Amino acid sequence: MRDLLSVDDLDRAAIDDLLDLGDDFVEVLGRDVPKVPALRGKTVGLMFYEPSTRTRLSFDRAAKALSADVLTFTPGGSSVSKGESLKDTALTLKAMGPHLMVVRHKATGAPWRVRDWTGLPVVNAGDGAHQHPTQALLDLLTLRRHFGKIDGLRVAIVGDIRHSRVARSLAGSLQTMGATVILVAPSTLLPIDVRSWEVGSASGIDEVLSEVDVVYLLRIQTERGGGEVFPSVAEYVSRFGLTRRRADQLPDDTVVMHPGPMNRGVEIDPQVADGPRALVTDQVSNGIAVRMAVLFRLLTSEVPE
Amino acid sequence: MRYLIVGGSVLTGVGIDQVDVEIVDGAVTRLEAGLNPEGHHVVDAAGSWVGPGFFDLHTHLREPGQEWKEDIASGMAAAIAGGYTSVVAMPNTDPVIDAGHLARQITRTQPIRVIPSGAISLAQQGRQLAHLDDLWAAGVRLFTDDGHTVADAGLLRRAMEYIAQLGGLVAQHAEDPGLCRDGHMHEGSVSSRLGITGLPSAGEEVIVARDLKLVELTGCRYHIQHASTAGTVELIRSAKRAGLPVTAEVTPHHLMLDHREVESMDPVYKMYPPLRTPDDVAALKDALRDGTIDAVGTDHAPHAAFEKDVTFEEAPRGVVGLETAASIVHSSVGLDQAAFFDRMSIAPAGVVGEVGAPLAVGSADVVVFDPTAEWVYERPRSKSANSPWLGQTIQGRVEAVFTSAGMVSVLEEGVS
Repeated sequence: MRDLLSVDDLDRAAIDDLLDLGDDFVEVLGRDVPKVPALRGKTVGLMFYEPSTRTRLSFDRAAKALSADVLTFTPGGSSVSKGESLKDTALTLKAMGPHLMVVRHKATGAPWRVRDWTGLPVVNAGDGAHQHPTQALLDLLTLRRHFGKIDGLRVAIVGDIRHSRVARSLAGSLQTMGATVILVAPSTLLPIDVRSWEVGSASGIDEVLSEVDVVYLLRIQTERGGGEVFPSVAEYVSRFGLTRRRADQLPDDTVVMHPGPMNRGVEIDPQVADGPRALVTDQVSNGIAVRMAVLFRLLTSEVPE
Repeated sequence: MRYLIVGGSVLTGVGIDQVDVEIVDGAVTRLEAGLNPEGHHVVDAAGSWVGPGFFDLHTHLREPGQEWKEDIASGMAAAIAGGYTSVVAMPNTDPVIDAGHLARQITRTQPIRVIPSGAISLAQQGRQLAHLDDLWAAGVRLFTDDGHTVADAGLLRRAMEYIAQLGGLVAQHAEDPGLCRDGHMHEGSVSSRLGITGLPSAGEEVIVARDLKLVELTGCRYHIQHASTAGTVELIRSAKRAGLPVTAEVTPHHLMLDHREVESMDPVYKMYPPLRTPDDVAALKDALRDGTIDAVGTDHAPHAAFEKDVTFEEAPRGVVGLETAASIVHSSVGLDQAAFFDRMSIAPAGVVGEVGAPLAVGSADVVVFDPTAEWVYERPRSKSANSPWLGQTIQGRVEAVFTSAGMVSVLEEGVS
């Protein structure tokens, strides 16, 4: 493995390998000194063209827990505001000597372009509405640690799927791992040509509550609720929100996940978000471990200590 | 200078004929078998098709205003390399060609014919009519806001009424702004996987369907630029059956490529209208074969390398086409010689009211096209190289071009 650009490049064995390694790093992160020297002397470049808190911090933390140095680029106040192109920025950052680039950008395909321009290994940290493979891996790690397996799980992904890179990465990788995926959204937020995704879909959350192991909620951009793609936030909540009443109807073992940031009171009830079913904070901490696994795999060919 | 094209299969008024073609000072002087080559530069056209020079209804020359992409000189060099002896220049320059003096600037004497088109609306803003009379007086026959759609049906109706009275035609880049907003590629299974906002086929078809009603209302001649969907083909077919004064063009790239190319996320595949589905490609080919679509228009749209060296969504739209059009059309559609020259030369001239005809004594523009020769498309004459076929071996090669201005371009190995 040279790059991590799309979950489509990962077969079941490759995902299992990264999750196994992720488990090892969860253990490392639980130590008194949560740090290993595996990537000492390596530098990881972070190019974050979009506002991001958790993903950027998570990569930063992952690199440092492996003793790598981090070179961070964000466009605010940089030469991007002076009109520098993505290519020139990538080549400038490359000249500072990173061994790998982590790229987030609003446009589909940007990490592929950066790979082609720089020749460096690239990790896609989110491109447009296309892919976000480390998010999918952290969700898979969270599921596997909770359920002990992924094969056979039934997962409902609820929310703005059309504009979601998280949904694209997660749906694809869940299918690779043998889980069943059901997309739940108003038709204006379901993917175009949803049949081509070869997954189930439902037009209301109530249809699926009793039959799923996982309710995976996506953030709803409330500004779309001014009649742009759905009539109002209230209508959205009434048909698709995970309210407390609905959460109470879920089977006992069903869990709730959310990639964040959450709109409490919109897609998820505030108390459900903090309740015992919610794996949200596990997702965040597993995110560091799985990104350690990815950086480790791409920058070494050794086995961790 | 006296030239003799020998051994070719020549499109003449009586059909395909095995004759020699003598060209003196830029005009055909004799069309006979067994002419004496003495005193002539001989062009060996064995295995080649000889016919009237190609006529492009849809060229972006970028001058004035965007000369780093293309200028009239480089655009014409590209045209000649591709066998084109006439091109209709699109008006979306900077400034927009919305008045007569701007149109006259690009009709100075040129080695090939550059025919200006004019904007329908001032600055292509879609609000007020351009200086239509003034453009007409400067020789403009085809009016278009190409690159934009005339979205306001009321404005388009008035333009059609006005232009019909002048005797011109309205050409539409059909893209409904509401349906296509923020779109970058065809809306379908590929855009769905890539998470890129699409332009649905309906975005083209609703405009064409609406405009055909305005043609009924106004009687104006109407031309559909770069038709790209099977649904558009059906609309054209039924409009023609109903006797409406409608013509249409298709680009070479829409005949050869479909939206699966965009899986590479390579900006070279970004153009509007976007590459559609394989079914659309099949429908377009059938329509060009049966004449439902009258003509090929290249939509030659040069962009500098640095402008395309960005992400797909950020890239400007368009591909160059003049130098490869004949090859791509021939190898994708496989027309016979008469139909090929009809769609490439004769019919497009007719769309803008020019006389397109097979070769005859007195003909000025002649092209020699070898339908089987393979060549590598490299070192474009255009200033820009934004083509999916750059560096590739393609079939069907322009061997020689003779223009009315006495301009001659002959591939070295074709001359003896």
